[in-house]
Amino acid sequence: MPASFFYVLQLGDNALILSHRLSQWCGHGPVLEQDIALTNIALDLLGQARLLLTYAGELEGQGRSEDDLAYFRDAHQFRNVLLVEQPNDDWAHTIVRQFFFDAYHYYHYQALLHSRDERLAAIAEKALKEVTYHLRYSSEWTIRLGDGTEESHRRMQTAVDDLWMFTGELTTPIPIEREAAEAGVGPDLTQIKPQWEAKVREVLQEATLAFPTSSWMQSGGKEGRHTEHLGYILAEMQFLQRAYPGLQW
Amino acid sequence: MKEWPLWEVFIRSKQGLSHKHVGSLHAADAAMAIENARDVYCRRNEGISIWVVESKYIHASTEDQEAFFDPSNDKVYRHPTFYKLPDEVKHM
Repeated sequence: MPASFFYVLQLGDNALILSHRLSQWCGHGPVLEQDIALTNIALDLLGQARLLLTYAGELEGQGRSEDDLAYFRDAHQFRNVLLVEQPNDDWAHTIVRQFFFDAYHYYHYQALLHSRDERLAAIAEKALKEVTYHLRYSSEWTIRLGDGTEESHRRMQTAVDDLWMFTGELTTPIPIEREAAEAGVGPDLTQIKPQWEAKVREVLQEATLAFPTSSWMQSGGKEGRHTEHLGYILAEMQFLQRAYPGLQW
Repeated sequence: MKEWPLWEVFIRSKQGLSHKHVGSLHAADAAMAIENARDVYCRRNEGISIWVVESKYIHASTEDQEAFFDPSNDKVYRHPTFYKLPDEVKHM
């Protein structure tokens, strides 16, 4: 029972765009050790994106490769959630964005292990090992900085409050996801929502950070309506293939 | 930012019998040092166990090499080269 093209595309785009965002830290990390840590996570996500986009291309059946999908689509054709395209800003924003996404990613892949699409289940099994570590990493940094100095606490709370409005989309299903859940191909996001909230609540509490009370949520990424940031990401990421199509090195 | 202390990293590989020194890194505390070691020194599946110790707790021999180590050189009886091993005993 194969999943739909758009469903798999969306999973691949999440991994690809967050990977690219993290790769922008390469050479700019606060210390060498964290520079390497973030690059490792970026590479894990890029590996997942490759598996997913390759599979999406096969499902579409029009001969598009992973590279075609990554380099030759415009912003409105990307299906990633808005959270992953948000700017790196400071270390706090990067860590909080990562933590919010990792918590979703972890439970999502855990559920995807039982997908009736065997290919997706296999990808989930490989990815879950990586994502388990990502979640541990971003949780520890959230706690360390939230419960750190006055300055780090202030920055972390600001990041939590800034990024909160992009978290609703993670666990609010769009029609494609509802269909995938009904077919037993993808997880039921309404079941992931309480798991995500419990995890976030637990870590924020340990980090002495306030769980936001605002309930207004931004959405649209999964259907191709993006914030202005995605265009800049694509301009950088796609430049070479747009200027010199098919170039290899 | 106040400079984080330096840590020495020891890794035991899958086949290895003991931890071996692989290098050093900076971290704010032991937990972070182990996380960092995982990311910096175990990216190619090198290890199954990590030890970290703050560099300041390592004490090294500082004496003149020759005077310190040479006296052990001329005590042949410390090397077990005088025993006849039966053929049945292998790999000694």
